[in-house]
Amino acid sequence: MEQILLFAPLVGALICGFGHRMIGEKAAMMVATGLLFLSAILSWVAFLTFHGNDHVIPLMRWVESGGLSTDWAIRVDRLTVIMLIVITSVSSLVHLYSWGYMADDPQWKEGESYKPRFFAYLSFFTWAMLMLVTADNLLQLFFGWEGVGVASYLLIGFYYRKPTANAAAIKAFVVNRVGDFGFSLGIFGLYFLTKSINFSEILDPHTAEAISQQTIRFLSWDINALEVITMLLFIGAMGKSAQLFLHTWLPDAMEGPTPVSALIHAATMVTAGVFMVCRLSPLMEYATFTPNFIIVIGATTAFFAATVGLVQNDIKRVIAYSTCSQLGYMFVAAGVGAYPVAMFHLFTHAFFKAMLFLGAGSVIHAMHHEQDMRNYGNLRKKIPYTFAAMMIGTLAITGVGIPLTHIGFAGFLSKDAIIESTFAAGAGPAQYAFILLVLAAAMTSFYSWRLIFLTFYGTERGDKHTHEHAHESPMVMLIPLAVLALGAIFAGMLWYEDFFGHHVEEFFGHSVYANHETNHVIHDAHNVPKWVKVSPFVAMLSGFILAWIMYIKKPTAPAKLAEQHSGLYAFLQNKWYFDELYDLIFVNPAKALGRFLWKKGDGKVIDGGINGVAMGIIPFLTKWAGRAQSGYLFHYAFAMFLGLAAIITYFAITGGAH
Amino acid sequence: MIGTDIKIVLPEIILAGYSMFILMVAVYGGKDRLAGTIFWLTALVMAGLGLWIAADVDVSRSAFRGAFIDDNFARFAKVVMLFASAIMLLLSQEYLRRNNLLKFEFPVLIALANVGMMMMVSAGDLMALYMGLELQSLSLYVIAAFRRDSLRSTEAGLKYFVLGALSSGLLLYGASLVYGYAGTTQFAGIASTIQGGELGLGMLFGLVFMCVGMGFKISAAPFHMWTPDVYEGSPTPVTAFFATAPKVAAACLFARVVHDAFGAAVSDWKQIIAFLSVLSMFLGAIAAIGQTNIKRLMAYSSISHMGFALMGLAAGTELGVQSLLIYMVIYVAMNVGVFAFILNMEKDGNPVTDIAALGLYSRQEPLRAAALAALMFSLAGIPPLVGFFGKFYVLKAAVQADLAWLAIAGVIASVIGAFYYLRIIYLMYFGEEADALNGKMPTLHYVALMASAFVMIAGIVNLFGIEGFAANAAASLLR
Repeated sequence: MEQILLFAPLVGALICGFGHRMIGEKAAMMVATGLLFLSAILSWVAFLTFHGNDHVIPLMRWVESGGLSTDWAIRVDRLTVIMLIVITSVSSLVHLYSWGYMADDPQWKEGESYKPRFFAYLSFFTWAMLMLVTADNLLQLFFGWEGVGVASYLLIGFYYRKPTANAAAIKAFVVNRVGDFGFSLGIFGLYFLTKSINFSEILDPHTAEAISQQTIRFLSWDINALEVITMLLFIGAMGKSAQLFLHTWLPDAMEGPTPVSALIHAATMVTAGVFMVCRLSPLMEYATFTPNFIIVIGATTAFFAATVGLVQNDIKRVIAYSTCSQLGYMFVAAGVGAYPVAMFHLFTHAFFKAMLFLGAGSVIHAMHHEQDMRNYGNLRKKIPYTFAAMMIGTLAITGVGIPLTHIGFAGFLSKDAIIESTFAAGAGPAQYAFILLVLAAAMTSFYSWRLIFLTFYGTERGDKHTHEHAHESPMVMLIPLAVLALGAIFAGMLWYEDFFGHHVEEFFGHSVYANHETNHVIHDAHNVPKWVKVSPFVAMLSGFILAWIMYIKKPTAPAKLAEQHSGLYAFLQNKWYFDELYDLIFVNPAKALGRFLWKKGDGKVIDGGINGVAMGIIPFLTKWAGRAQSGYLFHYAFAMFLGLAAIITYFAITGGAH
Repeated sequence: MIGTDIKIVLPEIILAGYSMFILMVAVYGGKDRLAGTIFWLTALVMAGLGLWIAADVDVSRSAFRGAFIDDNFARFAKVVMLFASAIMLLLSQEYLRRNNLLKFEFPVLIALANVGMMMMVSAGDLMALYMGLELQSLSLYVIAAFRRDSLRSTEAGLKYFVLGALSSGLLLYGASLVYGYAGTTQFAGIASTIQGGELGLGMLFGLVFMCVGMGFKISAAPFHMWTPDVYEGSPTPVTAFFATAPKVAAACLFARVVHDAFGAAVSDWKQIIAFLSVLSMFLGAIAAIGQTNIKRLMAYSSISHMGFALMGLAAGTELGVQSLLIYMVIYVAMNVGVFAFILNMEKDGNPVTDIAALGLYSRQEPLRAAALAALMFSLAGIPPLVGFFGKFYVLKAAVQADLAWLAIAGVIASVIGAFYYLRIIYLMYFGEEADALNGKMPTLHYVALMASAFVMIAGIVNLFGIEGFAANAAASLLR
């Protein structure tokens, strides 16, 4: 079953990508979508029938080289099956959704075949992602990691006629290279120390403990080996999950079609970093510095992205920053040692964020590919189902629920669990994180409601014609929204006990590791003071009220506020100037160096040198040689004697070899 | 005693006797009416002798008190020369007939040249060396001027003769110096006087003069000046012949002398040969760029290729000799195909030698153009064609003998040289439409061209086992 589940998307991708000329466009798409639904059903079966019987299904021996031997295997445990349902559910729904969304894309000319390519990429992505989460060793994980990177690159740049899409694709790829460099160094380091990259060996707590007592020489310092390795691995996670400093690619990735944003840049690929940290929990548990670093980065990202999200006008970018921010939450949870809680938020987030994206896609579809919210307004009557879906998504992400109970939307339960765990983790970085996360929750609420109010309430703005023709999306797009809505509402309540409540230990089994001597976070999280438990709700409420005042009550207020604090506004509008800073520090010098090597090094020196030799010196010599070949016998004889004389002279002077 | 000696030189005696006999038959018999038959018969005799010689393996013996050596090395060279001559003879026939040159003297002269060449590669004595060399040279002087009524052909013959005489003089002068200082003309004796590797200045000068004489025969720069003029002026079949067997003979003679007689003074002669090698490679590559006449172009190409072959010899090792032999065989195989093509470059019955005439030849004769393209790639030494392996072996030999600078120079020269080979391909495939060549290609030529091109491609598998034969031959020379 696992094999079928795993390879169905690959088969779909191959048939759809290479066979669509033979079997026709429709059939190809049908195959890809059908196989993904099959995969999704099997995943749910696997998830629901899984009861702690961790096992590994070897597929083949993959690499055998010196001391390195690696299988290609499917690792089935709780972490894997959670990821399986997240990936395949969202992916299959996105496949279905794409039938509608990609139907008549204005990017393509009449009669051009682009849909099978799109579906093939989506299926290929799904396969790579499944490879990642079922990995039984770091190599396979890395394979999937790069596979999803490629798919992401291809899909961001899917509209290859748009220069901005190409630039965004390249940016995503290059920024991820930075993270991957750290990741691969981490793998190498781990292999160097343990002579293995198989999870069965490296995830043994004894191994982690042993490594934590060694030091390794890194960049001329002697540092604790475990800290170095976990740090390097986390840098990989930062790249893929768009954490602060390596986050710049994610907002730009919105250049891809909206279903791609929903699948790859919200629900699945970007959470791979969180998954990796949880998967490597035994290593993280014995490290001390790295978890703190993770907490700080995660909390700062959550805060930073939320602030930027406050002022964005592109509907997809708002959600993108929201994703970035929510990923920060997950990392904080992983950093404080509450791995199940991190997975919980990953799980619920996948549903409501995918839904928000697909809902946004539906709005965009309705508004003829207009993405600027300033041109929306009062759409709730025209696209009621989309409105309902977006509403549910917003309720979920802002964390609406009844305080002090376990009743609420998915985000309410998982986000509150994170905030409580963070508080329970005590002083130091966790305290810092707690404050930032609560602030971020308020901002999340504000920008989410801002999105709703700007889009669905108020007055119609922008092109009148577009508004008149706004229409509800077809069923293939609404059904996925409905299914995801169920998840956004119930996923939190249904699985609360398993992820955060009393059954955590049994539920997760050995798939995540918590050092019981030092790590009581989840236990303590239930005993935090009441004010802590209520704090996210209050934050949410204040965000909502502020948004309501600014966008419903007094729609002129935002502009006035932006004017009063123009400096701050510009700072946020420009995303804290990260892109500009990177341009200044990295991109421009690199470009200047590249241009120098290209124009001066390659063009002038190499080409110039070769051209000079080939078109200057050689023809000159050729002419000269031609002239020497005069046809006169005495010239020829003279040349022979010259040669003879030269050799004789040489030997007379040097005396031969002696 | 004399009986065994004669047995050893029997192939040479048979070929010499055959030549003279057939000369008499033709002179007193049917004259040129018999020419066609004689062509075939001579080719057959040479091929038969080649097979016979090839059948002997792994025997090293000498005759006439060491003046004549019959070893694997000599046999390897003889087989290559005899077969190359036989093929070239057959390819010549059609061209000569078309140009009213089908005379019975031609095959006879070729056969006699072969006797000389066989003598050269078997020489174990300065006298034998000179005898073989002169027999070969005299035959070649005559066939260079074979088209008597053509000014260019006679000029070519005369130039070749005068310069050849000069080089013979230099060689003889060197030989006499060597004899004077060694007190013997036998290679073995010469070798024994320089046992310690210490070469007196007189002996050294003798060696230099001999090298100059042999360098002339192999057309190594700066003793190459005759080559372009003679190649261009001679009738094309003569050019084709010049580019094959005599080159092998000269190269093998060179190897024979420096290893058999001066084997102990490697460090001396390797300097000379390296000098000739590097100069030839560059001159051949650079001067050919300006050529538009394909025969002249092939002349420079052969100069450059001889430079590479000498690089193998300059290594002064067994591997070096092996690589030299491999290089020569590959070179001959390539030239068979190329000249089979050039022999048929005709327009309205007149031979054409301007390469511009090849413009867009691929449209007209795609298969022939493809074959020539393969040969040109191979001549340029572009992997994975066989020509590349020839270069690879000599470069390897040079590098292993601490002549890395020579190998690097060789690579640079081959890059420069690639230009004119590629230009021919360019002309055939992308050039400007030219006055179409319209010569018909006889089956024999067609087969030769295709087979040669095929060998260049198929040979990459194991070079048809030449490596092993060449290794045996090299081992017998350096025993």
